[in-house]
Amino acid sequence: MTRAQNLSDNHETDALDGLIACPHCDLVYSTPEVARNERAFCQRCHTVLIAPRRRAGKRLIALASTILILITGAMFFPFLSIGAGGLHHGTSIVQTSLAFTGMLAVLTPAILAFIVIIPMTRLILLIYVLVPIIQDKPPAPLARHAFRLAEDLTPWSMAEIFAIGCAVALVKLSDLAEVSLGPAAWMFAVLMIIVVLTDSMMCRYSIWKSLQP
Amino acid sequence: MKTAREMGLIGCQRCTRVSPAGTEICPRCGGKVRSRDPMSLQKVMAWWVLGVACYIPGNLYPMLETKTLVSSQSNTIIGGAVELAQHGSWGVAIIILAASALIPIAKFVIILGLVIGVQRGPQISDGLRQRLYEIVEYIGRWSMIDVFVVAVLSSLVQLQTLVNITPGRASIFFALSVIFTMISAQNFDSRLIWDTGNTPKPGEIPDGHASKERSA
Repeated sequence: MTRAQNLSDNHETDALDGLIACPHCDLVYSTPEVARNERAFCQRCHTVLIAPRRRAGKRLIALASTILILITGAMFFPFLSIGAGGLHHGTSIVQTSLAFTGMLAVLTPAILAFIVIIPMTRLILLIYVLVPIIQDKPPAPLARHAFRLAEDLTPWSMAEIFAIGCAVALVKLSDLAEVSLGPAAWMFAVLMIIVVLTDSMMCRYSIWKSLQP
Repeated sequence: MKTAREMGLIGCQRCTRVSPAGTEICPRCGGKVRSRDPMSLQKVMAWWVLGVACYIPGNLYPMLETKTLVSSQSNTIIGGAVELAQHGSWGVAIIILAASALIPIAKFVIILGLVIGVQRGPQISDGLRQRLYEIVEYIGRWSMIDVFVVAVLSSLVQLQTLVNITPGRASIFFALSVIFTMISAQNFDSRLIWDTGNTPKPGEIPDGHASKERSA
């Protein structure tokens, strides 16, 4: 459908549609045919250009939903608790971000954004964009805006970094007090692995190609 | 083979679409396209300076303040890592030192090196410059780990009078430094590496196809 539209639109544009410019070094190639288990990469700077995966859309949706559930769960379940000298104290993710008080309170919304709001927004946008694609339906309204925003948010989505931060904090405290892990801590551990899987599975070129008006 | 700019075209860095010169909005992804951003290096350096400026108080001020029944102690990032090493936790001490001293400094040096390489002509190969740029883009966010550790520690260790941990002033400077450095790296246009480089372009091999390999 997209092809037919482009042809009637503009011949020059359609010719350019068969080209691909390396985003890192600007070399132009004619778009290669890439099979499901192949990757096309730039000859000069070795940037991966196209890397389609079999049923990547469905898998991405599944993984993204899993991460969403894990983050939601991790927000409400106890996360870590500490005991020393008969005193106990537990913390949740929301309490963690509230640790900064006084002048440092500006960090509270930032931390909440990095570990909860941005990752969740990004995943919701991703699911929103991908669901119509895997059903072979026309793209969702504003899908291109949604996917652009999702891409822009990627570097600021730091849930997996927070998970490592917790691990470091645990080791720091292990001499000082008895630390026990709540269910939320395990959720974050699983989440880390899934985030890495999700990123390795996404072929941005293929998604943009299916969103092309 | 030619670059999009040499062909009088504009390549979209987001979706790889090629558009005719003068295009402002990419027809595929709807994002803004530019052949090169003439302000790229200025933006990189402006954010870089902010990042360095925040990094210094981030290391001089205390990151953590620990109050126990008998004592009160403040630790800078480096001080905390040294203390951990003295207690025998070498692994964690190394992680913290790497994440909060080695990586940020390496990032500052690499970004500056990339900018100088574009302005004055490179001293190292283009492939290596590209690799360094990718590394900086990838590891930038991981420096945030220390701020998260402080947040977890100080929300967890609140045992009334026995022991209390509160975040120190350094945390905000350190967080800002990480954020500014990330923005600095994002503003660097990696195509400038190849524009100024001297790597010969791949020849006119079978109608300019990208290489392919089977992935796992």
